[in-house]
Amino acid sequence: MSKTKDILISPIFANNPIALQILGVCSALAVTSSMSVTLVMCIALTAVVTFSNLFISLIRNQVPNNIRIIVQMTIIASLVIVVDQVLKAYAYEISKQLSVFVGLIITNCIVMGRAEAFAMQNPPLPSVLDGIGNGLGYSVVLIFVAFLRELFGSGSLFGIEILPLVTNGGWYYSNGMMLLPPSAFFVIGGFIWLLRTWKVDQVEKAEFTMAKHTK
Amino acid sequence: MNLRKMLDSMEPHFHKGGKYEKFYALYEAVDTVFYTPGYVTKSNAHVRDGIDLKRMMITVWLCTFPVILFGIYNLGLQANTAMAAMDMTEIDGLRGAIIGALAGFDPTSLWDNVIHGAAYWLPIYIVVFVVGGFWEVLFAAVRGHEVNEGFFVTSILFSLILPPDVPLWQAALGISFGVVVGKEVFGGTGMNFLNPALTGRAFLFFAYPAQMSGDAVWTAVDGFTGATPLGIAALQGVEGLAAQGITWMDAFMGQIPGSIGEVSTLAIFIGGGILLWTRIAAWRIVAGVMVGMIAMSLLLNMIGSDTNPLFSMPFYWHMVLGGFAFGMMFMATDPVSASMTNMGKWYFGALIGVMVVLIRVVNPAFPEGMMLAILFANLCAPLIDYYVVEANIKRRVARNG
Repeated sequence: MSKTKDILISPIFANNPIALQILGVCSALAVTSSMSVTLVMCIALTAVVTFSNLFISLIRNQVPNNIRIIVQMTIIASLVIVVDQVLKAYAYEISKQLSVFVGLIITNCIVMGRAEAFAMQNPPLPSVLDGIGNGLGYSVVLIFVAFLRELFGSGSLFGIEILPLVTNGGWYYSNGMMLLPPSAFFVIGGFIWLLRTWKVDQVEKAEFTMAKHTK
Repeated sequence: MNLRKMLDSMEPHFHKGGKYEKFYALYEAVDTVFYTPGYVTKSNAHVRDGIDLKRMMITVWLCTFPVILFGIYNLGLQANTAMAAMDMTEIDGLRGAIIGALAGFDPTSLWDNVIHGAAYWLPIYIVVFVVGGFWEVLFAAVRGHEVNEGFFVTSILFSLILPPDVPLWQAALGISFGVVVGKEVFGGTGMNFLNPALTGRAFLFFAYPAQMSGDAVWTAVDGFTGATPLGIAALQGVEGLAAQGITWMDAFMGQIPGSIGEVSTLAIFIGGGILLWTRIAAWRIVAGVMVGMIAMSLLLNMIGSDTNPLFSMPFYWHMVLGGFAFGMMFMATDPVSASMTNMGKWYFGALIGVMVVLIRVVNPAFPEGMMLAILFANLCAPLIDYYVVEANIKRRVARNG
């Protein structure tokens, strides 16, 4: 039982797809300037990775090894199209803001990576849990990034003003850097720093050590 | 009880197991400000030389003094001139009270100008020094290494490349970013691949463009707008500068609005000359920047353009406007973030020179390119060194088999 729990929980902090494996960073840069868009993106990705893991795991013994990537891609692409259509139908404004990034879930390394590394070797139920876990791991980082970017970049959360801006008669000067995609690099870097201060075993071994000269 | 004895009697408390073990970095910093460090090299092979990091950094720090003094004077001169033109006779607030108590607002008086400038620059420097110093000591205490004199240089350079009107909290934020993200996360002085002062300025430049660029920030008077000469040249070319009454000599001497320490090419060359003479700044980098800048601007002069007047700006104008001279002498020559090999220094400098002219002339979004050019070259420095070393190995293999 603890193994099932481990499959679900460990990708959130202990084996985070973004912070430890550094996968799927591109969309973390692109869609994290506001909380509502980020949240939709997180749900979309979690749905795709969960169901792609499920379907790939179901047919894993029927797929010939030399065409497996194509089969995986077909399944993932179909799921992404479904998600995209659902968003267009029920959340049109947000789907316009997400623009190509929903379509780009197809190329998200996390989805492909989990299909190839986990779903191809494991039965359906653990695969689904693994998909949910990795989706949550991705979401934790994205929401952390989006929280800081929207709060300090626009002074608001989910579009509701938290820090009154100078331009609206308040006191807060918005930080334009936070609205530019590169700021997500700094924030993700800061997240990894915090995470590795907490879980020291994730720190990589230094490639070089300095020789002692004095003392 | 003399100072040495006092420090010695305090010392045991700061060593491992002592009462103030966590504050060793602070003790060490105070101790080495007054006395030469007592450590000697113990490993087998070493070079005996009087130059150490401390002496090197203090020399750079002293070399900025001509720039600071002229910068303060010019800040006051520009502000007082603008006030005289606007018929203002006093400024509100604490600054105004201090200036009013010590001096007047007469643009022809040296004393008035210096006091006015100091009332703007000193608070910026104090904030930068205290906030940056706090991060420096915090990281030193947590990591158990010593506070490094490099911060003297970072803080003074950072305060000199800010616009005069910058809000103090932004100065504090900028130096925090520069010290923490530009330097300490990579392991502190000697490990930073970017120049920390420029990293902090780049952060402010992108985060708060309204306070870091545009027309309103270059003269320390509220409500006064005036473009920098580089901004004028970007719109109207060198003829535009002449129409504003700015001659090449004005720009060389530094009586133009701009960032505090970047205005006077002459003062920068005095400080930079000492740096080159003491061989703290690498002359190859400085020469490389000049060669790159001259070559690129001559090339653009030849190409020419009907719509962009900067294409025809000659190289001697590029040299005296904006942050070019300051960046070349004090920023590009930072020994940590520049290339290490002698040949690499030429390429590194030339890359900066070419990039700065390209950004100034061809990129319409940024009127000034020195900061971005140096940061870009900082990123390329390890790559340049790698290829220089590889080429050397190849050459020697070909020669000796």
